[in-house]
Amino acid sequence: MTLEVVTFWGLAVLLIGSALAVVLTKNLFHSVLYLALSLTATAGVFLALDAEFLAAVQLLLYAGGVVTIVVFAIVVTERLVGDRITQTSRHILPGLVLAGALLLGVLRFLRGADLPVERPVIAVDVTRAIGQVLLTEFVLPFELLAVLLLVGLLGALYFARPEE
Amino acid sequence: MGLGAYLTLAAVLFAIGFFGVVTRRNTIGILLGIELMLNAVNINLVAFARFNADVVGMIFTAFTIPITVAEVALGLAIVILMFRMKRTVIADHLDLLRG
Repeated sequence: MTLEVVTFWGLAVLLIGSALAVVLTKNLFHSVLYLALSLTATAGVFLALDAEFLAAVQLLLYAGGVVTIVVFAIVVTERLVGDRITQTSRHILPGLVLAGALLLGVLRFLRGADLPVERPVIAVDVTRAIGQVLLTEFVLPFELLAVLLLVGLLGALYFARPEE
Repeated sequence: MGLGAYLTLAAVLFAIGFFGVVTRRNTIGILLGIELMLNAVNINLVAFARFNADVVGMIFTAFTIPITVAEVALGLAIVILMFRMKRTVIADHLDLLRG
């Protein structure tokens, strides 16, 4: 039980800290590296919630795929050294007020809600159960997802194609 | 840790991402904020699935993660296209749709 609490707080500090660094750091490239850290911490949260499969997917697709794509986009649109890679923020105070109001609203709702404290025991292997449900009950959305990915990537290729 | 702790963590993460979206001037920076917000939603989905002992919520997350990847790929393609046309990725300067 104590191990769970320590894991949760460690992950929470890492996640919140890296997320803050993503939105506050001046260098866009550092921002992306902090995003990779926070995505990895999210994979840790998934592990703490007994979702090993999703943690692996998170690491492969998000921390691997998304970060690579974003780095490529930065390389194309900015120079990696020099002044251009620095980014600025505007309207920090109104943004802070908006985000704080959003957080307070959600937290007030959470305080009023009746949430379970103990997690129920899952008897089956979660990864096996995900695989079975994915290829039986949800096989149609699963195939549609494949089509969506294909169309999305083709569209991205079409947009970013070399100029004729 | 109870469900409330995970939901609170996700709420804080969502608020940070939202702050990034409204304050960043660089379009890629805005996309990074959106990534953080989507991550918070995924944490919520997995936490609810775990505390209800129902694996279907995790299936939902397994769907949202690839959809997000497709979204980022398309978003960045649009950013690159915008950069070619306007030579800038600052959101304030992208006013092609202004009448």
